[in-house]
Amino acid sequence: MATVTPESPDTAHAPDEHAHPSNWLYVKVAIALALLTAFEVFTYFETVHGWGDTAIIIMLVLMMLVKFFLVVAFFMHLKFDAPIFWRLFVFGLILAMAVYMVMLTAFRFW
Amino acid sequence: MADEATTHAEEHHTSTGISNEKLAMWVFLGSECLLFGGLISTYMFNKGRIGPNDIGPDDVFDIPFTSVSSFVLLMSSLTMVFAVSAIARGDLRGNRIWLATTAALGATFVAGQVYEFTAFYSEGLGFTTNLFGSAFYALTGFHGAHVTIGIIMLMSLYVMSMRGNLGPERAETVEIIGLYWHFVDIVWIVIFTIVYLFPQ
Repeated sequence: MATVTPESPDTAHAPDEHAHPSNWLYVKVAIALALLTAFEVFTYFETVHGWGDTAIIIMLVLMMLVKFFLVVAFFMHLKFDAPIFWRLFVFGLILAMAVYMVMLTAFRFW
Repeated sequence: MADEATTHAEEHHTSTGISNEKLAMWVFLGSECLLFGGLISTYMFNKGRIGPNDIGPDDVFDIPFTSVSSFVLLMSSLTMVFAVSAIARGDLRGNRIWLATTAALGATFVAGQVYEFTAFYSEGLGFTTNLFGSAFYALTGFHGAHVTIGIIMLMSLYVMSMRGNLGPERAETVEIIGLYWHFVDIVWIVIFTIVYLFPQ
């Protein structure tokens, strides 16, 4: 395969220049994930259900999104890697969400 | 954050300047979002479509048990990044230890899922009992199959390392398997919240 100089803005960080965070940063992310999971489980208890289902669902979705972002950004290195990887993954994610939101709407789920 | 990270550059002689293998894994993971999106939305649509006397989520879910399983899988992502860090530093023994630990944590999660399925079945929830059962087993079963494939890949890396075929020059191979492993973790983050914790 011929060597070609990258020119696309998507690979502006190429040749694949990325940082490897320290193990301590990974531990801090894992602690944050564990605390968020603990708080998610806490919402399951009856005492919290007095807050109402809508409030619980919003809180759970927010915590889920934060956990999702932490794993993708730090453990999967997307924060430090070439932007094209981030765009490819987010494209698949948004496409999936759009397709299934339409599907659920078509079946009158909401 | 910058003081906690060290930057280095890797040459990839490809038309994009980035690793083709890593690009392929990210495209694959993007397509996997569609697979699990379909399974999750199918579950959401069908979980409430059960009769008044049918067995449902509230009758079978054991949240404390599943919370521990979720914690185990989350921590396996931490040990996976330690494995990637170790091989990038040239620490082959450390890499093997963390690969084996990750595989063991993954196996613990799968064992928990097998126990959970067995318990649910004994309580009367089979795959064809009702729409909730079908959607639940399809979603969590597909995820469990992905974890099992991940464990096989991790053990393959371990064997390669033991045979001397996995040196620092192949650190990217470990990183790519790590991407897959983290993906099954984030899928579980979504499943745990939507399937187990959302008010029924």
